[in-house]
Amino acid sequence: MAVEMLSYIDKKSPIHSLTGATKLICLLLWSFTAMLTYDTRILLFLFVASIVIFKISKIKLKEVSFVLLLILTFLMLNNIAIYLFSPQEGVGIYGTKHVLWDLPGRYDLTAEQIFYQINITLKYFVVIPAALLFMVTTQPSEFASSLNRIGVSYRIAYSVAIALRYIPDIQRDYRNIALAQQARGIDLSRKEKLSRRLKNAAAIIVPLIFSSLERIEVISNSMDLRGFGKNKKRTWYRARPFKVGDYMAITFLTVLFIVSIIVTFHDGNRFYNPF
Amino acid sequence: MKKPIIQFENFGFKYRSQAQPTLHDINLTIYEGEKVLIVGPSGSGKSTLAHCINGLIPHSYKGEKTGSLKMNGQEVYNQSIFERSKMVGTVLQDPDSQFIGITVAEDIAFSLENDCTPQDEMVNRVSQVAKLVEMDEFLSASIHHLSGGQKQRVSLGGVMVDNVDILLFDEPLANLDPATGKHAIDLIDDIQKETNKTIVIIEHRLEDVLHSKVDRIIVVNEGKIVCDAIPNELLSSTVLEENNLREPLYVKALKYAGCEVTPEIEPEHIHKVKVENCKDKLQSWFEAINAKKHSSNEPIALELQNISFGYDSDKQILHNISFSIQKGEMISIVGKNGAGKSTLSKLICGFERPSTGKILLNGRDITDDSIKERAEKIGIVMQNPNHMISKHLIFDEVAFGLKVRGIPEKEIEERVEKTLKICGLYPFRKWPINALSFGQKKRVTIASVLVMNPEVLILDEPTAGQDFRHYTEIMEFLVELNKLGVTIMMITHDMHLMLEYTPRGIAISNGEKIADDTAANLLTDERVIKKANLKETSLFELALRSGISQPREFVQQFIHYDREVRHRWQ
Repeated sequence: MAVEMLSYIDKKSPIHSLTGATKLICLLLWSFTAMLTYDTRILLFLFVASIVIFKISKIKLKEVSFVLLLILTFLMLNNIAIYLFSPQEGVGIYGTKHVLWDLPGRYDLTAEQIFYQINITLKYFVVIPAALLFMVTTQPSEFASSLNRIGVSYRIAYSVAIALRYIPDIQRDYRNIALAQQARGIDLSRKEKLSRRLKNAAAIIVPLIFSSLERIEVISNSMDLRGFGKNKKRTWYRARPFKVGDYMAITFLTVLFIVSIIVTFHDGNRFYNPF
Repeated sequence: MKKPIIQFENFGFKYRSQAQPTLHDINLTIYEGEKVLIVGPSGSGKSTLAHCINGLIPHSYKGEKTGSLKMNGQEVYNQSIFERSKMVGTVLQDPDSQFIGITVAEDIAFSLENDCTPQDEMVNRVSQVAKLVEMDEFLSASIHHLSGGQKQRVSLGGVMVDNVDILLFDEPLANLDPATGKHAIDLIDDIQKETNKTIVIIEHRLEDVLHSKVDRIIVVNEGKIVCDAIPNELLSSTVLEENNLREPLYVKALKYAGCEVTPEIEPEHIHKVKVENCKDKLQSWFEAINAKKHSSNEPIALELQNISFGYDSDKQILHNISFSIQKGEMISIVGKNGAGKSTLSKLICGFERPSTGKILLNGRDITDDSIKERAEKIGIVMQNPNHMISKHLIFDEVAFGLKVRGIPEKEIEERVEKTLKICGLYPFRKWPINALSFGQKKRVTIASVLVMNPEVLILDEPTAGQDFRHYTEIMEFLVELNKLGVTIMMITHDMHLMLEYTPRGIAISNGEKIADDTAANLLTDERVIKKANLKETSLFELALRSGISQPREFVQQFIHYDREVRHRWQ
């Protein structure tokens, strides 16, 4: 349980040594690429690339598995919801209809729908590992300075960084509160009915909110007392100049972005149509 | 003539949300290079005074002021907090929650960053300051991995970097183990000698601060300054007692023995105090008081057998710990920050599973029982009451645990009312919890655990951050519970607490049990004191210096006598 999720994991790797700004720019380019295209070939390529980058970063799957599982659960729900609300979306997009399985009403299972949903899933698989990797390889203060560098006000940048910085502390609070409440017999496991569990969850959420508010008061006082927000600008102790690696990474991602846009849109359609 | 640096003149302050002023008629002058200690019970206004000095009033806490506040001769009340922070550096009480940077260097640099200091200059300045607070070898270490004392050095570095004239410490000893607290006081002293800064310390652990020399002590109560004197004079008066503040134990002992405490005998430090004329009186007092010795043969309530535990298989936090607690006992677990004390309580409650060993309750093996099953017999009260309270009304909070167990409404009512009566909360049962003081909230959390009728009660730092009156209240309440047959185990840094209330203590160091003995023996055993970061009690030193032949017994007798005297007065 000592493993904290979504906080910085200190390792020595080429990814870690990039500056925060580079990583942020790369993440943005990467996400735009993945968001704009529905081209399965590009998505597949990006997916493979993200696995490779993950390997390079030396971050182990185990270290982010909890968050990954959480997101995958949402992905599942999302997929189910798409099918429930719009079972023939794929037919509309690809213009053909190959029914694989006759189901009542409009719920016929079509090859187009499956292909469409595979594309959606792939998008998730492309963006999520990259975003996770960004979070666990970038120190919060470095993240703030990189936001600041690309033009975000340092006040906003810092509040984001502080929020990230306190994720582990709040997780620890959460765990302590949850345990203390369980010791009073408040059951959050599956043995309880859902309605009851939701009610019991309040027994954790309420103290968590109050203790977090306490934290916020202390930290904001501490920041005020040390002159935060005095000037329009500030400097950064850990600011690092761009190195060759940074330029290379950004160039590579820019090229990737442009190529994928060209490939995606050269036939006037965001979707790759195998049918 | 010394130059005044802080001057309060007929100063008063009322928070916007409150009807009555928190401070009134404050007239206080602090001179350059002085070291001043401000003491006062909770709610006395000492924190408000600190906020006025560092500028959080009026920057963060709004209200109305009267009179004037000058620094270096200039009216400064309406100065911005940024200008003020160039003059006054504040070290807040909880080192953990005031860090902004992730690494030591970054945190020290924070204020320089806000000043737009160029990077190379920043690096130089940080390394200078780090040297001053002796953290230069840890510049790139992550703050999370530092010890409590090191964290405090970093937060001190973070304010020293600004080259401020005044250093303000807001309860620097809270959350530190006794030995680390002692080092912190030494560090403040060294810094002052080296830099000649003006130091203002706000703290209620008077004896611990007096470990190194203080120029003046200001006693604040009910928003007023009730005493402004040099330590020797204050300790010779009755001001501390009248204001619910704890006198240093050795001073108390001298007073009990009927010795006259005057400024001439220099009571400000245990090493200095002249005991020559008191020896006979102390000796005869010691002979006159007779503590009851009681040994009991109660059955064993809780037993740990060879418990080991680690989050990772290669890094053990606890090694092979065994001890047993008799039914109806009250014991303390003491040791360094991070020695594994809290982990121990987690294992007992079933939050974590030991990697080896067994836990027995009333002779039955409960190692495989779930948290819920153990909760029927073992209750745990967390350090921060805000971590437990989730309801709006006191009654509902206490009833919560019973409700989720599906106990009939009628029985819940009976049990809750009974518990509230025991805890002295019955008159408040329909009150909203946020109208209570911290100490009362603590009681609510104890009540909400007690209502389940646990046989064993575990408390993590039951009196942290409490002034002497609340401390006595909570502890006397626990003694009452203990008399009703509840076995009590406390995790604490407070050596007074252990000495006074728990006959037996277990010391833990680096995950190992290093001693299991009477509290008085633990606090007079040099080996244990050193290994577990404890602090020798001044009573022992007093007994030695007065030539008392059985110093350990002296400590024991004093504690007994003192509690009885205080009990009578309540």
